[in-house]
Amino acid sequence: MKKYFPFLIVLVVLLGVGAKLLPPKNSGPYDVVGFGQLPVLENGRFKPLHTVARNSLLQFQGRQRVVAADGRELTPGEWLMDVTFHSDLADTYQTFEIVHPEVLAIFDLNPDSGLAGKRFSFRQMDGKLAELERQAKLAFPVESAVRTTFQRAVVQLYANLLHYQRLKYTLVGPGRDDFLGDLLKFQENLPAGIAAIQAREAKQPYDEKAFAAIVGVGEVIEAMSKTAEILVIPPDTTEADPTAWQTAGAALLDTFKTKQVSAAALAYAGLAHAWRLHQPEQFNQLIKLYRADLAKRFAPQVAKAQAETRFNVAEPFYSGLIIYALAAFLAIFSWLAWPETLGRTAFWLVALGWIISTGGIVTRMFLEGRPPVTNLYSSALFIGWGAVALCLVLEYLYRNAIGSVAAGTVGFSTLFIAHYLQLSGDTLEMMRAVLDSNFWLATHVVIVSTGYASTFLAGFLAIIYIFRGFFTRSLDKATADALTRMVYGIVCFATLFSFTGTVLGGIWADQSWGRFWGWDPKENGALIIVVWNAIVLHARWGGMIKQRGLMCLAVGGNIVTSWSWFGTNMLGVGLHSYGFTDAAFVVLTSFVVSQIAIIALANVPLEKWRSFQGGAEVRSTPRPADTASVR
Amino acid sequence: MTDAVRQFRDFFVSLKLTVFLLVLGILLIFAATLDQVNLGIWAVQEKYFRSFFVLWRVGDVPVPVFPGGYLIGGLLLVNLVSAHAYRFKMAWRKSGIFLTHAGLILLLVGELLSGIWQQDFSMRLSEDEPKNYSESYQHNELVIVDTTDAANDDVVSIPEGVLAKGDVVQHPKLPFRVVTKLYYPNSSLRMHDETKAAAGTEPPSPATTGFGTRVVAIPLRVTYKQDERNLATAYIELVGPEGSIGTWLVSTHPDLLPQAFEHGGRSWRIAFRPRREYKPFQLTLLKFSHDRYAGTDIPKNFSSRIRLQTPNGQDDREVLIYMNNPLRYAGLTFYQASFEKDNPKVTILQVVKNPSWMLPYVACALMTLGLIIQFGIHLVGFVQKRRAPRPVVA
Repeated sequence: MKKYFPFLIVLVVLLGVGAKLLPPKNSGPYDVVGFGQLPVLENGRFKPLHTVARNSLLQFQGRQRVVAADGRELTPGEWLMDVTFHSDLADTYQTFEIVHPEVLAIFDLNPDSGLAGKRFSFRQMDGKLAELERQAKLAFPVESAVRTTFQRAVVQLYANLLHYQRLKYTLVGPGRDDFLGDLLKFQENLPAGIAAIQAREAKQPYDEKAFAAIVGVGEVIEAMSKTAEILVIPPDTTEADPTAWQTAGAALLDTFKTKQVSAAALAYAGLAHAWRLHQPEQFNQLIKLYRADLAKRFAPQVAKAQAETRFNVAEPFYSGLIIYALAAFLAIFSWLAWPETLGRTAFWLVALGWIISTGGIVTRMFLEGRPPVTNLYSSALFIGWGAVALCLVLEYLYRNAIGSVAAGTVGFSTLFIAHYLQLSGDTLEMMRAVLDSNFWLATHVVIVSTGYASTFLAGFLAIIYIFRGFFTRSLDKATADALTRMVYGIVCFATLFSFTGTVLGGIWADQSWGRFWGWDPKENGALIIVVWNAIVLHARWGGMIKQRGLMCLAVGGNIVTSWSWFGTNMLGVGLHSYGFTDAAFVVLTSFVVSQIAIIALANVPLEKWRSFQGGAEVRSTPRPADTASVR
Repeated sequence: MTDAVRQFRDFFVSLKLTVFLLVLGILLIFAATLDQVNLGIWAVQEKYFRSFFVLWRVGDVPVPVFPGGYLIGGLLLVNLVSAHAYRFKMAWRKSGIFLTHAGLILLLVGELLSGIWQQDFSMRLSEDEPKNYSESYQHNELVIVDTTDAANDDVVSIPEGVLAKGDVVQHPKLPFRVVTKLYYPNSSLRMHDETKAAAGTEPPSPATTGFGTRVVAIPLRVTYKQDERNLATAYIELVGPEGSIGTWLVSTHPDLLPQAFEHGGRSWRIAFRPRREYKPFQLTLLKFSHDRYAGTDIPKNFSSRIRLQTPNGQDDREVLIYMNNPLRYAGLTFYQASFEKDNPKVTILQVVKNPSWMLPYVACALMTLGLIIQFGIHLVGFVQKRRAPRPVVA
């Protein structure tokens, strides 16, 4: 049984994760998945509507799940359809997170009236939007770094509501019972209507009915063209530029010139019609036709949108998060009981989590056409990935579950950080001009991130040493020596990578700004990591530190790395203030304090450490996990 | 060898000194990073890195509070060189460490040299207007130009520092003395308010001639922000043998043109402007492009197509300068630095002169190679040790 235990656990987990990798299926009669896969152009990037819906929801409420008042659960695609096709309904969904009590006071709301005490619907805020706007306008002139928490919350909510309103105008005219009918009538009345408009402008008698028919819809269309930002209508066949997409409103305004309502706009109006009138067959038929038409001219965009939707649904990093947590738990437990079995299970789980993360990162690279690290979010993914890869090597060499504990914890933490970083918007955004260099992104950024990853890993291994030594009796001499060798080796690795990466950054700066080194905060942060690692190595070589000293300095590496990774960014904001009120700042500060506390703990005299009590400094309690490495 | 000498030697070759200096280095870099919020990047470099001591002003007395970049870097250099000289042994095992440190020495020397030699200028090019000079970012000059000869201008340039000190300048080419009456390192200009002047609430302008009679300069605090520029203004009186010729308001405000006047039968111009550096060639902007991502304002690329010509006709070609692709020519490097929002026919290049720009490249190659060798040796040793049969712990 024990022999098959690791195999069984990994298989169960694999089945759980594997289900999400299958092509997504529609839960009802509508082809919601097909709708979500339709490509649109937003912020310079082609993406599926599913991503638009998912990112909006994450930004509004920190999660993508939507629950209607009647308890019905909506997928992001269904939610977006209700927002655009049936906004009265969507206005009742509680999808806006408001936690600041003073912001709630603007709307006369209290936590009890919200979903889970913090999510509210557009309808609940409807009457007091003018006051929110007034507060937001008061806050705008204040530099973002010095805004109060109330001002931040107001600005954030205002931006979210604006985005929500824009979404409503993206595909069809909101608030119209039958936009398809409107458009068809519009098309029909167009010649007479234009003639009426011209006659009216020339102050001559005109056909009032034709005029009214055109102007009514015209106003809706104009509102759409002014409000919406996402480009959803593909250019027609005569247009050579494949990125010349338009908003639905702009495309419909063009009707006055072309005399022909855009087919894509009609398709969306038709979808709205079928969705509102509960006609799944027409809906599915339209999706099929429109997609087939798009695929003729935009095959790569359609294929990528489809891949991205599957990627969204598969959520590889979420699966990774759970697997790493499980692995860390099993690996820690393996120090207490069944070291062999649980150790092997943990190892294979880490491997599985790592493979899934690899798949996720590779998919992102394919979607973006870029090297792995392009922003803070992807740096978190990559740093975790690199650290876990190193742990797998360590665990393969030592087989004492230390590598697995480190892998599980570091992998979990970085994916957890990434989860919060993605709430700020699209994580596959386009690169600004100065960063638009795949060569430097692939070399400097990847190498320096590997340097970060390994410095963190060394620090984390040191924490294992300190915790096991202080709190348990399990830190025998063999384990302590193995940990020391690991930390030392990883610090060497970190020195090489952080140095090379920093230097490559200097060369990039020389290429793009004309100076090798400018002492700017990010450069300084990276330099501090290099110097810190150099200090660790020199202090070790000079005999200034022994095992415990090495561990303390390695934990210090966590502090300098977190400063360089996040702290320097906070400094960049506004250049006047550190944004002390930022949640990120609080997290960073608590992390630094916790690391200092661990260093202090390590400096408690050895006789207080449980592993070294009774003067038995050299304990030889052989563990199967240690002897296993000799095989 | 006496004890004192030995102690002295042991101090300078010790690893303890290395670690101590590295710790000081980290503290210095960290403090400098934080202080950028207050001082901006240029002032921080001068205060922390290009100095022997970080000075704090207590009243008017600068007090050294921490070793500066030159001192820490210099001591590290001494420590490194003496340690290697003292312990040097020719051995393969040491080659990695040796290469790494040789690279480090080169890197430190390179940073020192860039600090001394590197100069940054900006070059604003308008479409189809050839230009053969660049302008300093930080330094200004007062120029008095004899324009009597239509073919040649005779330029006398007075650095801003002289104006700041308030020295009286007498130059053999000028038939008058130059007296600085007022100098503001940063200022804003506004029109002279006639009604207030009539009511006596606005003091009369110190300027007696030129547009300074109509314009008032208001002194401002010097700014260190990266996206703001200081606009220096001065009131300059020219005094000939027969007494004052007049007092001019001069300012580096970009909209102000040089002011012309006649004296002693010759034509003159006076202007305050960013210091110019003339080149033995000229550049002409042919086209500036600013690409954005579809449907957004996110910049995708900036590029400038430029014609490069030398007076002797040896060089006459078109070059394209864009992000991450500078032009290196005549010991200078031209980068795409900026553009003007409301004028698409203008590009702004940054011009850098740094004769030591190659040093970091060489240094980095040496250090990376050294680290790979050093840690490679460790790794091989580790793997071999693991392969060797080890007694099973009983």
